[in-house]
Amino acid sequence: MAITADSQNGSESFFQRRPVASIFRPFAFVGRTVISWVDSMGATAIFLYMALLSTVGRKQFSKTVQQIYYIGARSITIIILVSVFTGMVLGLQSYHSLLKFGASGAVGSLVSLSLIMELGPVLTAIMITARAGSAITAEIGIQRISEQIDALHTMRINPIRYLISPKIAAAIISFPLLTAVFDLIGIMGGYISTVVLLGLNGGVYLHSIQTYVVMSDITNGFVKSLVFAVIVATVCCYQGYFAHMRKDSHGAQAVGLATTSAVVLSCVLILVSDYVVTSLLS
Amino acid sequence: MDTPLIEFKNVTKRFGTKTVLDRINLQIYEGQITTIIGLSGSGKSVMLKHIIGLIQPDEGAIFFRGKPIAEMKKSEIAASFAQISFMFQGNALFDSLTVYDNIAMPLRETTNLKKAEIDRRVMARIEQTELTEAINKYPSELSGGMQKRAALARALITDPQIVLFDEPTTGQDPVRKNAILSMIAQYQKKFNFTAILVSHEIPDVYFISNRILALYDRRIVFQGTPEELENFDHPFMDEVISSLEALQKELTGLYSKRQFEMLNHLQLKRRKTGEAYCLVVFSLNELNAVITKIGHDAAQEALRNMGLYIDKHFGDIGGFSTRRNTNEIITMLPYSNLSETQSIMNNFIQDFHKQIIPASQEKACKLASGESVEMTIRAGIAEGQSTTDIDSVIALAKSQQKEIGRLSCATGGVHT
Repeated sequence: MAITADSQNGSESFFQRRPVASIFRPFAFVGRTVISWVDSMGATAIFLYMALLSTVGRKQFSKTVQQIYYIGARSITIIILVSVFTGMVLGLQSYHSLLKFGASGAVGSLVSLSLIMELGPVLTAIMITARAGSAITAEIGIQRISEQIDALHTMRINPIRYLISPKIAAAIISFPLLTAVFDLIGIMGGYISTVVLLGLNGGVYLHSIQTYVVMSDITNGFVKSLVFAVIVATVCCYQGYFAHMRKDSHGAQAVGLATTSAVVLSCVLILVSDYVVTSLLS
Repeated sequence: MDTPLIEFKNVTKRFGTKTVLDRINLQIYEGQITTIIGLSGSGKSVMLKHIIGLIQPDEGAIFFRGKPIAEMKKSEIAASFAQISFMFQGNALFDSLTVYDNIAMPLRETTNLKKAEIDRRVMARIEQTELTEAINKYPSELSGGMQKRAALARALITDPQIVLFDEPTTGQDPVRKNAILSMIAQYQKKFNFTAILVSHEIPDVYFISNRILALYDRRIVFQGTPEELENFDHPFMDEVISSLEALQKELTGLYSKRQFEMLNHLQLKRRKTGEAYCLVVFSLNELNAVITKIGHDAAQEALRNMGLYIDKHFGDIGGFSTRRNTNEIITMLPYSNLSETQSIMNNFIQDFHKQIIPASQEKACKLASGESVEMTIRAGIAEGQSTTDIDSVIALAKSQQKEIGRLSCATGGVHT
């Protein structure tokens, strides 16, 4: 099956509004919304499946490396900046709260567990969405409206293989690595605020981390980052790829709205899936 | 005739509730340049996208070398489409890649050729399309004409047997338009591919086309040679005439030679055999000397004003004009006989002396900054019949020319 420019046309007639009695209108609206939502979920799943099928290949390697540079390497600065302050503020708040209970020695474990299990994967994903996800949607959206994707079809180049697969593969590789950077720098931020600035014993801070952080906490954090990588890359690529199918706008405006939708939807899905994954893992 | 290369049978395409193509039937033959003409928004590009498989028909069937595409195996479809290249209306060049990378892309992605071989082929196409100086430039750094050439080079890099051109000359100036059309004709002969063009540049595309298909009101209303189209009696041709009337050449305010010939042919063929028409030839003598003294731009501006004035004066009575040579304007009056034309000319000369000569003279004298400038405007009338060769009528009109105005500046001031 190929997702082409008009591959969604078939579903349009299915969801066309039919006259209904006013009493049933709310039900009809809910029904249409749910069907449309399920339809989009299905299309996104097929889109992801087709992209994953093409991630491996001799010609894909260089494109994936290039995308790792754009999505991953170029996000490091912002990740470091956000993580250091997140760790510092987390250390500061935890220290004062735990001090009231005489448990300031546990601040290291609180900071590190918060970062490794929750804040690291979530904030990394949100920051990459803001920086690289929006750029991906805009880039693919412009390629769509300027017929560059149609041009790939006419050249017998699979656009999903050429444009989408490297981005999804790069996201899957970059997200856990950036999460690891976020966790490490965040813990260092916590060290700066509690040990360097507030005078907590450094050995206590590090010992608390060593005692309470276990390997499964780290693994769970990376599992989350992988889930977020797939969600963010798929949502952002999908929104750009089908920007021309939007019913609320056309052309450049459609690309703008697709970018907004991609960022908002990615952030919401990150938080929703965070809860789901946490429930499943605990 | 042979089996068509591409055939549409009762193809219908709808977008929502809007029917764009309605039971289309057409045949495209191998080795020819086939042009699909139609007004803007008539569904020409949609038709072209059906051929390349970007859009599927809602009803009907498309045949490739006599075989329905819908019944082909996946590998057969891939093999068929591998013979086709597409040149998009907006070029669809990848703006983040250089010209070289854009042209090399189909070879890099769809073949296992070695880098050196890809380089050799790409460089050959770059040289053929005269893009050597733009090799490392990005599409946004190129002129419109160069972008078209880059898109053409990319379309030809895989040595396709069929090339589809979607509005290849849209948005180009007349010089570039001719260059692109000549380039298509030249490469079609050189590489022997089947060219399918979509265009509304009527009649410019006629001169390179072997076959014309006319799309009108969602259906194909004509299939045949350009000559056959000129004798085609259908409301579509009225639309063609009105579109030609809207396409007056910017430079002179007149029609291009091709537009004039087409309009002339269409107007005269509607007349009964033996009915007379009249033709006026205006000449501007010593134009080159004037250009030297007042400058090219100012001379062109004066010519344009004169062209617009002639067009306005004679256009009201059904006349239409073209610039034949640098200094000649021909006006066709398809519905006037000799005595009527002479009377119209007398009125024209009077108005011309009142409105055009004094203003042009004042401007020219200012630009000549005291130098002597002199130009005479001559006009001749001749009567012809729809069966008469137009060149002989033009020659007769030229032999009848008399001076109808003079623009003169003496050294140091205006001379009247």
